Amino acid sequence: MIAADKPVQRSPDSKLLHVDAAGRIRSVPRSSLIELLEPGDVVVANDAATLPASLHGVHVQTGAAIEVRLAARASLASADVLRFHAVVFGSGDHRTRTEDRALPPPLQPGQRLQLGSLTAVIEQMLGHPRLVAIRFDNSAAEVWAGLARHGRPIQYAHMPQPLQLWDVWTPIAAQPVAYEPPSAGFALDWQLLAGFASRGIVFATITHAAGISSTGDAELDRLLPFDEPYRIPPATEQALRRASRRGRRVVAIGTTVVRALEHSAGRFGGVLAGDGVANQRIGPDTQLRVVNGILSGTHEPGTSHYELLRAFADDSTLRRADRELDTGGFRTHEFGDSVLIFATNARTGRGTRSPYTSRFLRAPDVVQEPGRLSPAGRLVGCSC
Amino acid sequence: MQTHMQTPRVLITGGTSGLGLALVRELTARGASVAFVARTAERVAAVAREHGAHGIVGDVAQKHDIHRIALQATGARGGLDVLVNNASDLGPTPLALLGDTECEDFERALVTNLLGPFRLTKALLGSLAASAREGRGSVVLNISSDAAVNAYGRWGAYGSSKAALAHMTRIWNEEMASQGVKLLALDPGDMDTPMHALAVPDADRATLKQPSAAAVEIADAIADLLPAVQSTAMRRAS
Repeated sequence: MIAADKPVQRSPDSKLLHVDAAGRIRSVPRSSLIELLEPGDVVVANDAATLPASLHGVHVQTGAAIEVRLAARASLASADVLRFHAVVFGSGDHRTRTEDRALPPPLQPGQRLQLGSLTAVIEQMLGHPRLVAIRFDNSAAEVWAGLARHGRPIQYAHMPQPLQLWDVWTPIAAQPVAYEPPSAGFALDWQLLAGFASRGIVFATITHAAGISSTGDAELDRLLPFDEPYRIPPATEQALRRASRRGRRVVAIGTTVVRALEHSAGRFGGVLAGDGVANQRIGPDTQLRVVNGILSGTHEPGTSHYELLRAFADDSTLRRADRELDTGGFRTHEFGDSVLIFATNARTGRGTRSPYTSRFLRAPDVVQEPGRLSPAGRLVGCSC
Repeated sequence: MQTHMQTPRVLITGGTSGLGLALVRELTARGASVAFVARTAERVAAVAREHGAHGIVGDVAQKHDIHRIALQATGARGGLDVLVNNASDLGPTPLALLGDTECEDFERALVTNLLGPFRLTKALLGSLAASAREGRGSVVLNISSDAAVNAYGRWGAYGSSKAALAHMTRIWNEEMASQGVKLLALDPGDMDTPMHALAVPDADRATLKQPSAAAVEIADAIADLLPAVQSTAMRRAS
């Protein structure tokens, strides 16, 4: 596929590969997305705004230049911004491919990092020379001001020009809690939301701290995605409950929405309003309980995002879709084209009993992988 | 749904003098969670300290400051319910006939009074719509002027920019109605403020409205636009 290397969220020629519940594939302009939805469908998006989570600075003890990429924290609470898990790089910047980036100087607990006006202390190494738990020596308001002034959006070598916050905030971006943009939401705009409203398509949101997509280290990348805190508003619980009762489809805008909704449904039997920490992996063996369709960017096989798509479609369908993406001139990465995949009925709770009939029972078969608690999970002490 | 009283989260631009400062004072006294923006770090720190509000240093006329302001305003309190675009620029001072107005002065008035509120509202539109979906308040209040309606000589740059702001507000309010976000432009009247003194140095100050009185009216207008869970809190403390 072609790398999308300009930060244009909604290009007039954006493409959409539509895989329907019968496995039929066709390519349409992304501007016709609304035609593929039906009245009563519930579209759920992640309204997280993206933090300027890349902080260049200095490892105080050695004077070495470093880049700190904030990658996780324990909750979405606005005052809870002093402690983060972070990935640390040596000198250089995003124009070098992450896998070629220099390691930071040897890091140890107690060492200080000067990041613009912010000072952070390494509290703990998290089992890898690049992965640390840090604590800012500042007030919460100072952390927000420091991030605003010195932070930059995390970005990668396929996008050479420096990104600004407005490049990575989706039109619906609200609370800034994501480390990288929930980029499937780039396809949304206010015209589309007005179209939903006039056609009886229900729009709802969750807030999910979308994490980093790559660390440049194969060992660390295998731990991705880290645990991600999320919040489900009461209005979203209600919309999903109505959809479930009436047998309507639920379409997730992006992988983070799938992760949050399926995590909540796994805990409670149905999606409940409130805060949680998504720590599960979604893959070919996952039985989807809530989500019927997903709008996503295009992803390479082997990535956690691609694994998640395998919960929606079988491998032969995804292989056919991959070929179509390659031959159809689709563009990849966060500013690229999109896929809309509807799960076959066998892969979702659709057609079986409503997940809400057993909402107070903890489902025994949910894949939570308690033995694979990511570092953020250890920080939270939560296996949910 | 939550039924307990909620504290509205407010952001006021130009919060260290005149009407903006009076609004910081009035809304914090009514129990709102107030953040404000102004350009001078020392004044921001002083007002923040005195009123227990969240001070943000920034300039709404600077494109690169807009998302930094939005980040701090939404990040520090988890969202935003009410935006008051109050920061304004007179254009040429002393006021001048349009034929004598420097293009740069006209531009500055447009950037501060029209483009700045457009950019900041756009950057915060996602937060405002999220508040509306959650049944919280979702209000943008743009400070206008009678110079936006009447053709006062020598108020050309300011009056044109405020007229455009008022019209943008009406259109945006129509467009966002289906999302539950309300936008309103209000004329607070001629007030005894540093800006008025700059515009009309020989005005009889006794005839001018006190900014604190205008702030009470604006706070009431905001309370009228909020859902009951928030407006009760806003009225009770006054």
